[in-house]
Amino acid sequence: MAYIAGVGTTRFGQHPGSTTSGLMADAARLAMEDAGLARRDIDGVLCGYATTMPHIMLATVFAESFGLRPAYAHAMQAGGATGVAMAMLASILVDSGRCKAVLIVGAENRASGQTRDQSIQTLAQAGHPDYEVPYGATIPAYYGLLAARYMHQFGLTQEDLASLAVVMRRHAARHPEAHLREPFTFEQAMASKPIALPLRLLDCCPISDGGVAMVITRDPTNATRVKVRGAGQAHLHQHISMARDWADMGARRAADLAFAEARMGLKDIQHLAVYDSFTITLAMLLEEIGFIARGKSGEAARAGRFEIGGDMPLNLHGGLLSFGHCGVGGGMAHLVEAQRQLSGRAGDRQAGAPTTAYVHGDGGVMSSHVAMILERV
Amino acid sequence: MSFSANPHAQAFWQHAQEGRIIFARCCADHCGAPQFPPKPRCDVCDGDRLEMRQATGTGTIFSITVVHRPPSDALRQYAPYGIALVDLDEGFRMMAHADPRLTIGARVRATFVPFGDRTVPRFVADQKP
Ligand SMILES: [Zn+2]
Repeated sequence: MAYIAGVGTTRFGQHPGSTTSGLMADAARLAMEDAGLARRDIDGVLCGYATTMPHIMLATVFAESFGLRPAYAHAMQAGGATGVAMAMLASILVDSGRCKAVLIVGAENRASGQTRDQSIQTLAQAGHPDYEVPYGATIPAYYGLLAARYMHQFGLTQEDLASLAVVMRRHAARHPEAHLREPFTFEQAMASKPIALPLRLLDCCPISDGGVAMVITRDPTNATRVKVRGAGQAHLHQHISMARDWADMGARRAADLAFAEARMGLKDIQHLAVYDSFTITLAMLLEEIGFIARGKSGEAARAGRFEIGGDMPLNLHGGLLSFGHCGVGGGMAHLVEAQRQLSGRAGDRQAGAPTTAYVHGDGGVMSSHVAMILERV
Repeated sequence: MSFSANPHAQAFWQHAQEGRIIFARCCADHCGAPQFPPKPRCDVCDGDRLEMRQATGTGTIFSITVVHRPPSDALRQYAPYGIALVDLDEGFRMMAHADPRLTIGARVRATFVPFGDRTVPRFVADQKP
């Protein structure tokens, strides 16, 4: 199966003057250097959409400006799940023999390339244009609806959400490229300003500039040996008002497919990298997949289970909540962190010597799920 | 006034302007499934005979959030506003505005209020005995 041979991340944050194509190139250069590959070695290119640079052929635009002439290329869009979906397709392409080395890129100047209102309005379009958006709904509002119902149904509390936010910030403080590194207390999280109650500011990820890239290859190209062992997807709805069973959003279904392909189970996983656009996203995914019992994510956070020394190290780069969210690249940063942890290259953040990791991407409003299992061989 | 290129949505918002919530109901024998939003074919049986019905406007709050950070300057004057998912008594779920003080499980009825460029349904506690 495919290797994740190289990874690259730019700093996340506010980078006035940055461009989407510049961030794509920066990340791609780093990933290719990490893999030890030159431009001529890359025969496939996948890139994510960019809200600040809408284009009908973004992968080709990027390939041309970066000096690549791939045999296979196109852009992809599955919201926040795009990054893991690109990694899944890249591994299919190399497994099938179609490509030898696929470069996948997600980058965007989402923070400085548009106003905050523009960004919020663009993202709100994940909702239904006729029956949701006209109510002044936003992405936090859709997730606020998820949070209120989930808390009501499974007993998760505001305190539990705040506990998850505190952990992600503590992790980000150890990552020099993270957008938000200033630690905050549980009390500060609880008192942060309301955005779409029950969600408060510190329950929401920031909007960042940044870029992430990876090279997925058929054969090893360097000393790292991180393989894609399994992947799976599920897409049960697009709009939150259409989601039928809120205990089955598709996360578990995607995970089950990945576990079946990897011939592994929950107990075999030593490291977690799970999409966390909001604190409630993280709790719902961990609990639906089954890593944590329903309603118990906050308790697990307070017990230290998600820390470097815990039994379930989680998003040690700080996740979307604190490493930052630049769109497609934000969801790829989880994969990158998992690859670095598995190859023992996470520096101050290294959590032992894990051999397996589970990665999950979520697009829309728990709409598109892509699960991936990695193993160091 | 045109709110959408979709004729079903156009009709929905026109009715809302006049204080009504409409939905589609399948006319096939043994089906009768309610559908929201209305579509050309039935979700359940794929039948293509659907009729538009007016909902009573009563239902139950499935979930509710209170938006303090609206998406645009034009909507800032309305904040904070409640957005809810409401299960209507006719058997369909819809998003709408709601009194921010409502909680999950509350029995509600629709009122209609101006919001942004149109009139939107806004659910309030149903006081009827
Ligand atoms: Zn029918």
